[in-house]
This record gives sequence, structure tokens and C-alpha cells, in this order.
Amino acid sequence: MDDLYREVIIDHYQNPRFRGELDPHDYSYHDDNPVCGDHIRIDLRVDENDVVTEALFSGDGCSISQASADLLMEKVTGLPLDEVRQVGKQDILDLLGIELGPVRLKCALLSLKVLKGGVYGLEEVESLDELAAS
Amino acid sequence: MTTPSKMQQLDVQRIRADFPVLDVEVRPGVPLVYLDSTATSQKPVSVIEAMNNYYRTQNANIHRGVHALAEKSTADYEAVRGKVAKFIGAAKGKQIIFTRNTTESINLVAFTWGRANLNKGDVVVLTEMEHHGNLVPWQMLATEKGIQLEFIPVGEDGLLDMDAYAVLMEKKPKLVSFTQMSNVLGTITPAAEIIRMAHDAGAVTLMDAAQGVPHLPTDVTELDVDFIAFSSHKMLGPTGLGILYGKEAILNEMPPFLGGGDMIKRVELSGFTYKEPPHKFEAGTPAIAEVIGLGAAIDYLEAIGMEAIFAHDHELTGYALERLEEVPGVWVFGPTIEHKSANAAFTFEGVHPHDVAEILNRAGVAVRAGHHCAQPVHQKFGITSTTRASFYLYNTKEEVDQLIEALYQVKEIFG
Repeated sequence: MDDLYREVIIDHYQNPRFRGELDPHDYSYHDDNPVCGDHIRIDLRVDENDVVTEALFSGDGCSISQASADLLMEKVTGLPLDEVRQVGKQDILDLLGIELGPVRLKCALLSLKVLKGGVYGLEEVESLDELAAS
Repeated sequence: MTTPSKMQQLDVQRIRADFPVLDVEVRPGVPLVYLDSTATSQKPVSVIEAMNNYYRTQNANIHRGVHALAEKSTADYEAVRGKVAKFIGAAKGKQIIFTRNTTESINLVAFTWGRANLNKGDVVVLTEMEHHGNLVPWQMLATEKGIQLEFIPVGEDGLLDMDAYAVLMEKKPKLVSFTQMSNVLGTITPAAEIIRMAHDAGAVTLMDAAQGVPHLPTDVTELDVDFIAFSSHKMLGPTGLGILYGKEAILNEMPPFLGGGDMIKRVELSGFTYKEPPHKFEAGTPAIAEVIGLGAAIDYLEAIGMEAIFAHDHELTGYALERLEEVPGVWVFGPTIEHKSANAAFTFEGVHPHDVAEILNRAGVAVRAGHHCAQPVHQKFGITSTTRASFYLYNTKEEVDQLIEALYQVKEIFG
């Protein structure tokens, strides 16, 4: 049962490494989880080869949404945007290392949705429901 | 305000035996502690049986049918109107309109009375503690018709600023629409005073009674309120059924709501004429079994008595507030117990409400986490969400103790 609150999740929630805002930035996007009103913003900087040099998140949410955002920022830092675009639901679950029910899954995927909004542009973003079902 | 007295103490153990779901274990060995009645109440066996019995023995569509079952169903359905009217102190059954929920009841007023009577620049007064159900319909009408929305402020103490309200009345609003009881702060608003001041200024009044009617003795005649809206499912009845009460003269003048079968007197290809209230507002086949279930719910509430139910909820809420104050890091929103009942919304320092609710769930404690469909009141207090425990006639002090015990688990996990 207490898998959900693995030390790594509590640690990333209470001591995030990638929390903050980047100004100026190359990509920035924000969105809400309508279920709980949680809010996440992600800012990225990329170099001339479109490799992510810095990634920070800000906002407000539960331990699952905040820890997954922090872990996701850690993962994409140093990745080319092409590879960032390939990051999916399973990557988030692997980073968290836990099974999630349908409601908390959306908490975990909010940062992925925001990241995709930033690097894809609004038109192509999947909804949280689509991401959760992917 | 009624004061709790020993005479009115409920036999909670006997009441609990009437609610089958309260015996459920959420996991083997972990009994349910249901503290989420503000979202929806549980149902007594009499309500479940009434609906079951309706489908087993008398299911038929109402009105127009001349066969035996249709006549019986029609009579039973219409009889519940009278029962609802008596329960809220209304003069006549025909002042009771059945809808889908409180939200639809309020939308009905906005779409019919609102569209017919509100014009560009007209002022509608709401409060800062409204549920989205009594906010968004008026925002939509503001976009459509250019009406102007004003809000009675909520103070740090969780109470409406009645001095500011008095000033707002100088704007001569056309409508004042307010909650009888906040679903977040638990605040019991001074309804009689709000209505009296609104009428003095020439405004029509609508009371969102979704939380009020289930928890407070409510008399629409004494209040002199023009409309009230509430839901069956928060007062022991089934989901899918809302109620709108209106003063007869106003209902008579209002245009119909949805068009279709059952609301018409006569239809020709060139047009239609519609029935008198309440039927002109009820197009299509209504929720017949649900209405019959609501009848059984009202019988149940009346057998216990709303005064006694209020006294019980109020005492239990007071106990919960005391116990919550003991827990380090917990901050309860809303007024002191003299002005509130039935729910306690709180934050836990350093822990998001979703995590609090998740950990409480492990102990079988069912609470709600989020903005409770009332984002503006959260914004007012500078937060996005809260954890909310709510209480009704079947809850006990032991359950409050289990809530508190589980909150100490939260502290343990999050350090």
C-alpha cells in the first residue's frame, strides 16, 4: 500500500530539484487539472541543436503531480526535442515506479501534458483523458 | 438558530442500521467511514425499497395513461409534490417543479425568468461563496444579455459582509441569488435578512438550498423567498432529481423551459400552447422512480425531524472542529461553530489535499479533496483546494475520532 508514497516521491515533492521559472525561455506552457484545480507551468531552454539545456516547472499540486514533474524535468534535461516528443505515459510510470489508479494517473500525467503542449504547440496536445488511456 | 438539546438526541445506531452501505468494508477488514455527505448522502433502505417496489409492481409512464398502473404511478408521482411542498413550508404542490438537480433548477430560472426579466445593465447580486451551480448560469446570462454581476464579500471569518450587502442594495438589483449554506465553509447565511433587504430594494430572491434543505429546517413561506433550488440526492433521496420551488404568481408569468411532450396543452404544426405550472416546466418523461424515492426520503427525514437532525449535525461538526484543531498543521476554513454546520474544509500544512484524502482512504475514511465546485471562495482564501469532511444524521463521534487518527498518519508519511 505504501508504495504510493515511496521515499523517492516524498523526496521529490518536498525537495524538488527542478522547480522554478526560466526567463527568457524558448518554450513555456501551462495548464490545469480540472479535477482538482492543480496548475503546472513548464519552461524550457534549448541550444542551437534543439537539445534541452534547462527545464524547470512551477505551480501547485499533490505529491504525485509535483514529484512526476520534477522527475520529468530531470529526464528531459539534455535530451534533443525529438526525443522529448517521444516521452509517453509509460516513461512517467517508470520514473515514479508505482501503479496508479485512474484519478491519480491524471495527477501524474499533468506535467507530461504541459510539456507536450510546450514542445508540440497547442494544436496537437492530447487531453489528460487521452493521455491516461494511451 | 436551534440549540442542541438532550431531548433531541438521535438514536444514531438505529439510524445506521437503515443504511446498508454503511456496513460496507472498503477493503477486507477496513469498514467505511463515510464523511462525504455534502457531495451526496447515503440512502436508507426505505428509499431503495420504494424505488425497487415501483419498478417491480407499478412501473408505467405517468399522465394521460388510463390503465391501472399508469393511474397509480401518476397519483404517486403527483403526491410527492405535495409532500415536498409540506416539507419546505410551501402552500401548494404545484409550486414544486421537478428537474435533474439543483444546477438545472437554477438554470431553469436563469433561462426563463432571467431571459424574460433581465436586460443590459441590470444588476444581479450573488455571494463570493457560491457553488459554481449558482455562479456560472449567471455568468452565462451576463455574457448573453449584458447584465452586471455583483458579489457580497466573504470576510476572513467566513461570514457574508452584510454592511457591504446593504450598500449593494443601493444599486437596485433585479435579483439576489445566494446560498443558504456554503458547501465549503459550512456557513449558514442569514437568509431571512438577505431576503428582506432584497425585497426592500425591489429584487427577486433565489436561494440555493442544496446544502440547506438537507441540514436545516427550512420554511419558504416564513422566509418569503421567491425561488429555492435543491437536490434529492443530498437529502437521502436518489440522484438525477432536483427541485425548484417558486412563488405562484412568478411561476405563472414565467415562459416555459424545455419544449416537448407533457408540457403542452395543444400542438399544431403552426404552434403550441403550454400547460400551467408546474407542468409547463417539465417536458418529457420525468424521473418517476426517483420522485417516488424522494417521497420515501422525506418520510424518513420527517419521522426523525429536521430540528433533531440539525442539532445532531451541529453538535458533531462542533466536535470535529475541536478535534481538528488539535492536529498540528491542520487549518480549518469557515466561521466558528455558531454560524456553521455539517462540514469542515481544511488544509494540512505541506501536504496537498489529494494526498490527505488518499491516506485517509487507506483507513476507510471517505472525504473529498479539491475545490468542491467552488473555486472563487478558495481563491478568496488564497488556496486552490481543501480536504472536506462532512457529516449527516448517520455519522458518529467515533467516526470523527477515526478521521483524526488517520490525519496523524498523514503527518507520519509526510514527516
